Amino acid sequence: MRRSAVWLAAAALLAALPHVVRTSAAVPVMNQMGIAIVFALSYNMLLGQGGMLSFGHAVYFGLGGFIAAHVLNLAGQGVVYLPVPLLPLVGGLGGLCFAALYGSFSTRRAGTVFAMISLGVGEMMAASALIFDKFFGGEEGITANRTKAPLLLGLHFSTDRQVYYLIAFWVLVAAALMYAFSRTPVGRMANAVRDNPERAEFVGYSAQTVRFIAFCAAGFFAGVAGGLFAVNYEILTAANMGLAASGAVLLMTYIGGIGSFVGPILGAVLFTFLQSMLSDYTGIWLLYLGLLFLATVLFVPAGLAGALMMHAPAWRAGRLRRLVGPYLVAALAALVAAVGVIGLLEMVHFLVTASPAITTKRLFWTAVPVRTLLPWLAFVALTAAGALALRWAAPRAANALAEASRPAPASAGGGERRP
Amino acid sequence: MSASRARREPTLQRPGTPPAIELVDVRKAFGPTLIIRGVSLAIEAGTRQALIGPNGAGKSTLFNLITGKYPVSGGRIRLRGEDITGRRPYEVNRRGLSRSFQVTNIFPWLSVFENVRCSVLWSLGYRYSFWHWVDAAREVRERTETVLEQLNLAARRHIPAGLLSYAEQRALEIGITIAGGADVILLDEPTSGMSRSETEQVVQLIRQVTAGKTLLMVEHDMSVVFDLADRIAVLVYGEVIAHDTPARIRASAAVQEAYLGVPQGAG
Repeated sequence: MRRSAVWLAAAALLAALPHVVRTSAAVPVMNQMGIAIVFALSYNMLLGQGGMLSFGHAVYFGLGGFIAAHVLNLAGQGVVYLPVPLLPLVGGLGGLCFAALYGSFSTRRAGTVFAMISLGVGEMMAASALIFDKFFGGEEGITANRTKAPLLLGLHFSTDRQVYYLIAFWVLVAAALMYAFSRTPVGRMANAVRDNPERAEFVGYSAQTVRFIAFCAAGFFAGVAGGLFAVNYEILTAANMGLAASGAVLLMTYIGGIGSFVGPILGAVLFTFLQSMLSDYTGIWLLYLGLLFLATVLFVPAGLAGALMMHAPAWRAGRLRRLVGPYLVAALAALVAAVGVIGLLEMVHFLVTASPAITTKRLFWTAVPVRTLLPWLAFVALTAAGALALRWAAPRAANALAEASRPAPASAGGGERRP
Repeated sequence: MSASRARREPTLQRPGTPPAIELVDVRKAFGPTLIIRGVSLAIEAGTRQALIGPNGAGKSTLFNLITGKYPVSGGRIRLRGEDITGRRPYEVNRRGLSRSFQVTNIFPWLSVFENVRCSVLWSLGYRYSFWHWVDAAREVRERTETVLEQLNLAARRHIPAGLLSYAEQRALEIGITIAGGADVILLDEPTSGMSRSETEQVVQLIRQVTAGKTLLMVEHDMSVVFDLADRIAVLVYGEVIAHDTPARIRASAAVQEAYLGVPQGAG
C-alpha cells in the first residue's frame, strides 16, 4: 500500500513539475535529468545491486541510442512503422543484445577482472565508432528527426514540453520495472552474489548466470535511456558511448548513493543540475564535479541517500532539531573553506587562460585583481581557516548525530536482543 | 531421551540402496604435494557421521572435493549412486547436497531473513526467475520463517548478518546450509570457537535439523563427535585409516596412536 502511494506521488510530481517550474530553461534540464535517472538506475543494477564496477556502461546507452536514432530515421522514411513513444523500447532491445554479447564473457568474474573487461569493451567501442562510420556517423554522429515519425494516438513531439511527458512516462515505467527486478528471485540473488559469490554457488546459483542476467537487465535499461536521448536530442555522437560518459554515470550514481534504490535518482538530479548550472558560471565545472565525487568517496561513502538515511533514527526519536546548531557551524566552516578553494582554483584557471592584458576577474560578486598578491593570500587564508574550523566542527556534528540517534530509553520497542 | 538420541546402526540401511556419498579412490594434489591419497569411503544414507583427524589431514579439502569447489586429481565421487565428479558447486547443491564452512561464510550485507531466503529460493523452484515477486511467494516466506525459528534468530531477522554475534553467525551458517532442504548435509567444524553452552545449543540444533537426513561433519570436539555420530571416519595424512562405530574407534589402537593420543574432550 505504502509502496504504491510512493509511486503515485512520483507520478503526480512528474506530471506537475513543468507547471510548477515555469522558466523556459527548466524543461530541457528536466529532460536531461530524466534520461540521467534511467541511466543511473540501470548503472546501479550493476554496481549497487550486483557488485560489478563497470567503466563502460555508456556503451549500452550509446548503442541503444544509435540504434534508436537509425530506427527513428527509418520510421521517418516510412521503411518501418514505429511511433516515437515506442522508440526507447528499441533502444532497450539494442542495449540488451549488446549486453548479452559482452556480458557472456565479462560476467565470469566480478571485481578487478570485470572492471578491466568493461574498460576494454568501452575502449573497443570508442575505436569502433571511428571505424564503422556508416553506423556511427564519424565525427558528426547520427542525426534524426522525431517529427517525421508516425503518430501514436495523435501525440506530437515537436516541443521540449511534449518530449518531457514522454520522458517522464518512461522514467516512471523504467524505474518501476527496475525496482520490481530488485524484488524478484534473481534480483535478490544479485545482492547475494555481490556479497558472497562463493556461498551463492553453494545454495544452488551459478554466480556467473546471476551476474549475466543482471548485466543484461542493466544493458536493457541503459539502452532505454539511450533511446530517450535519441528522441530528446535527435543526435548521437561517439562521445555518448565514450569513457567520459561511462565515468559520468559512475560519478552521479556514487554521489547519490549505491546502497539504496533512490540514491541514483538523487545523484542523477544533482549531477545534471550542477552540470547545467555550473557550466553557466565557470569553465572548470567538471573539476568541481570531480571534487564533489572525491569528497563523497572520502567522507560520505554511502552517498547522498545514505547520508539522509543516517538521520532516520534521530528523526524517529524526534531529535533532529538538536542537530541544527552543530550542523550550521560545520556548514559555515565548509562554506568558508569552499570559498577559499573555489577562489584559488578560479584564479589559477584565469592565469592559465586569460590574456595578459586583463588583470581583474569577477569572483564572488567582486572584481578581484588576480595579478596581485593580496587576493591569493586572502583565499589561502580562507581555505586554511575554513579547513581548521571544519576539523573542529565536523567531529562535533558527528557526535551530535550519534547522540541524537541513540534510542530513547523509555521506548524499548523494536530492537530487543536475544538474552 | 528422544528417539533421535538412540544410536542408529548404519546396517539398518536397506540392501541395494546406494550410499548417500561414495568416494572411490579420490586423490587430490596441489602441485607436487598429494593432499588426499586415495580415499575410498561410503556414507550410508540416513546416518550421522563424523570425519576426524589431526590438523592438515585434508578434512576440509575432502569437503571441497565432494562439493565441487576443487576438481579431483583422480577417483570418482557419487551422490546417491550418481556420479558427480567434476560437477560445479551449484550443480552438486541442486542434487541435494549442502555444506557449511569452517570460516563463517554468509551474505554479510543482507539481512538475516534474506540470508535464509536466498538459500531457499532454488530448491522451491524459483531459479533465475525475474517474473516472480519474491515477497509474494508464500512457501518461500514460510520456509524461511520455519528455519529462522529453528535457529532462534527470528527476533534478529532485520539485522545485517555481518552484525550478528559470532555464535549467531555460526547458527546462521548452519541455517543457510539446511534451508534448501538438502538431504545430504556436510558441516565443517560447526562448533569451532564456541563456549561449552553455545556448543550444546549447536549440537541440539544439528540433531534437530538433520533428523532423517545424512550428515557428515568435520569436528574437533570429541564430546560432540561421540554424542552425534553413528560412525566415525578417521583421516590421517590424506588417507582414511579407520571407519567404524564410535565404540570401536575409541578402542582402536591405530586410531589411538595416530590421533586420539591428544586429550579427549569427553569420555
